[in-house]
Amino acid sequence: MPRYRLCLLTVALAVSGCGGPFPQSTLEPRSDFGWAIDHLFTDIFWWAAGVFLVVETLLVVTLIRFRHREGRPAPRPTHGHTVMEIAWTLAPAVILVFVAVPTVRTIFATAGEAPADALKVDVIGHQWWWEFQYPELGLVTANELHLPLGRPVQLSITSADVIHSFWAPTLGGKRDAIPGRVNRIAFRADSVGDYSGQCAEFCGASHANMRLRVVVDSDSGFGRWATVQLAGPAAPAPGTLAERGKAVFARSACLGCHTIQGVSPGIIGPNLTHVGGRTTIASGLFPNDSAHLASWIADAPSLKPGSLMTRMQPPLTDADIAALVAYLASLR
Amino acid sequence: MKHWITTTDHKRIGLLYFWTAFCFFLIGGLEALLIRLQLAQPNGHLVSAETYNQLFTMHGTTMVFLALMPLSASFFNYIVPLQIGARDVAFPRLNAFSYWVFLLGGLLLNASWLVGPLFQAPHLNVAPDGGWFGYANLTERQFSPGPNIDFWLLGLQILGISSLAAGFNFIVTILNMRAPGMKMLRVPAFSWMTLVTQFLVITAFPVITVGLVFLMFDRFFGTHFYVTAAGATPLLWQHLFWLFGHPEVYILILPAMGIVSEVLPTFARKPLFGYTVVVFSGVLIGFMGWGVWSHHMFSVGLGPIADSVFAGTTMLIAVPTGVKIFNWIATLWGGDIRGTTALHFAVGFIAMFIIGGLSGVTHASPPADLQQTDTYYVVAHIHYVLFGGTVLGLFAGIYYWWPKMTGRLLSEPLGKWHFWLTFLGMNLAFFPMHLIGLLGMPRRIYTYSPDLGVSALNLVSTLGAFLIAVAILVFLVNVLRTRTHGRPAPNDPWGGATLEWSIPSPPPVYNFSVIPTVANRLPRWKTEHHEPMRDPPAVPPAPIHVPDGSWWPLVAALGLPVLALAPLTHTLWLAFLGAAILLVGIYRWAFEPFDV
Repeated sequence: MPRYRLCLLTVALAVSGCGGPFPQSTLEPRSDFGWAIDHLFTDIFWWAAGVFLVVETLLVVTLIRFRHREGRPAPRPTHGHTVMEIAWTLAPAVILVFVAVPTVRTIFATAGEAPADALKVDVIGHQWWWEFQYPELGLVTANELHLPLGRPVQLSITSADVIHSFWAPTLGGKRDAIPGRVNRIAFRADSVGDYSGQCAEFCGASHANMRLRVVVDSDSGFGRWATVQLAGPAAPAPGTLAERGKAVFARSACLGCHTIQGVSPGIIGPNLTHVGGRTTIASGLFPNDSAHLASWIADAPSLKPGSLMTRMQPPLTDADIAALVAYLASLR
Repeated sequence: MKHWITTTDHKRIGLLYFWTAFCFFLIGGLEALLIRLQLAQPNGHLVSAETYNQLFTMHGTTMVFLALMPLSASFFNYIVPLQIGARDVAFPRLNAFSYWVFLLGGLLLNASWLVGPLFQAPHLNVAPDGGWFGYANLTERQFSPGPNIDFWLLGLQILGISSLAAGFNFIVTILNMRAPGMKMLRVPAFSWMTLVTQFLVITAFPVITVGLVFLMFDRFFGTHFYVTAAGATPLLWQHLFWLFGHPEVYILILPAMGIVSEVLPTFARKPLFGYTVVVFSGVLIGFMGWGVWSHHMFSVGLGPIADSVFAGTTMLIAVPTGVKIFNWIATLWGGDIRGTTALHFAVGFIAMFIIGGLSGVTHASPPADLQQTDTYYVVAHIHYVLFGGTVLGLFAGIYYWWPKMTGRLLSEPLGKWHFWLTFLGMNLAFFPMHLIGLLGMPRRIYTYSPDLGVSALNLVSTLGAFLIAVAILVFLVNVLRTRTHGRPAPNDPWGGATLEWSIPSPPPVYNFSVIPTVANRLPRWKTEHHEPMRDPPAVPPAPIHVPDGSWWPLVAALGLPVLALAPLTHTLWLAFLGAAILLVGIYRWAFEPFDV
């Protein structure tokens, strides 16, 4: 861990009185992309810190040394000094060369090119949730991006409506999700973990609520997850609450927006085929438990301002909601 | 009252600009306090998401267009003609027109806080909510159906007219109205920076005007300038906006740099070190400011070559900026520095602007910027530049020129309190934002999760913001106290070198009883080459004709908000009415008889 980060974190801790954790810290990279940026930033940080110390010290020393004193003779009216002007024009220019060279090198190294064996994922921003498509695996999920540890990854990022920005800070820099364009980032995660991120470009009422998680798993763990995702949804056992929930789903507005494989084809909202297996709902806002699911179904806009999932008209009964929750939870 | 409404005197217009802009500064400050209260703790719910988005949009828009630019304009108006030895600006009635258009544009924008019911909105507030940068395609009717964005784009169009009119006026004034003998390289640094700023205004504002006209056509007439589905790209807006937006940053900072270049020599009792270099680095910054706009767009994916080029131009602009800082320190070096409040603020400008400049270099590097852009790290950066820079610089100007503008000296002890509270408050408010951003908090979010670990830092930042508010209250107390108890100012309370100090405080309506002849750059100082000039006589040796006021600039200005109401309310006849008022105003203005 480079020393500056310790300094920064010490300051942060001293101020905050707590030691984190900082799940979205840009200072704790967990991928090659993240590290490349971190090394560059560390370089620039030290140049900046050096210049800061020199110039501010010079300023303070000047102020103290030449402060007004009774009897000080009138200052000599100097108008300038050509050699000094040239010197302090060249000095920053030279420093900037030391910043510019590694910058350009890193720009090309992090331009989103990936090796041929990279796992390709299409990331699509929506107001206000994330869709993840794995074309080579043929599966679609939402808000929780699963990645294998052992393979490089290339994300192709775009948007279905307005401009968003995909940002999982520990795994690297952000890239804007722009309708009609595809931006790419490529990286290789260096440790298993559950990383958080969120939309970084202001995208309307619930911009703050457009969060995401990236789950980096071992190759076998990722394989198991993919196998589950590829299978069809679990059919609820006859006579259970979940089966009644499936009937509620099929006769209400849900199916207009959501896909459940073999049940409904909607594409406006997140794919729910395996929603029960996710850890959060509402784009990373709440834990995926029955209480939150129930209040989400009853009145999404009150939990996520502007949400396109409006209150159901006519409203669902509490019994219907309970059944729906049971059904969705069963879709593991 | 009538004398103020019909005035064409640059000094009165300067004071009108000052008080109007200061009121908007207080409104923008209140918006900032509400933002900070909401973010003082995680999951804050003081205001709704919609209101929060309006608050940060209006905070940015207000501070840039209604507070900082017109506060600079108040000094352009009041001080520039005095510094160059003129009786007024080149086009006094156009000057009045600029002010009224600014006032009316600002009122139209802020009316959006209160007129929701007129637009069948469920809330009182239908203020703009797309950010001060108003990125397409979020601003299209499809995604922003209410009148909010309409208020924003129409308000900005009106304010642009004000800025353009003032821009041409001051360019002509500075180029043509200088006193005899005042060659361009004898023009005081502040007036020079004003000139550079106005060239930026007249070249940058047409660019945003084009962008806004496209947006207006998209929203009102169904064109597709920014509509992806029709084959356009919303990136067009970003290029137009930042092609304006980056020169705009220099429009905001160059006047403050000019003020600092006046204050430091006066209180160090030494000429500005490297005057020519300081002036030409300002000109160079003005030129180079046109070649860096895409550094606001590094996350957009313009490709590695474009990113490298814009990184290079952006880093280059640090060179003339650094040169200015070294020249200011060299001005102080060897001086006899008197620690007045104005000097405190000017030095504070240098100290804080260094921090803003250096954090700027860290995001001039595109890969590093991919982690920093759209986070609180950038919020910290812009506030070190625009608050630590522009606002501290403007306060240096306020304490420096207040006696000239009002005839009374602000209290120095209260001024020092004001300075130190501001200094402490701004560092508490804005320094933690560097860490908040690096720890992963995006900007423009109305709420954040306690899991991010940035709650305590946010609370500190909020406390800092309130400390700034206390500092502003101290300033207001100082102003009120000075009205009744302030020490009357002599012609020259500070020992200044420039022409404005050769005449009474406040100056008579004709400014100079005799237009001075300028023989050197520091006319009122004794240097190794020359003796101080003789101040103009207290009584004019010959009668001086001063033109009367005029109603017509105000009438013409009134036509613009009426024109804007037409699309806002979808009422065609208002468009004709507004155009008629504007035309009548201009016609009568053009043929107004003057006794000469």
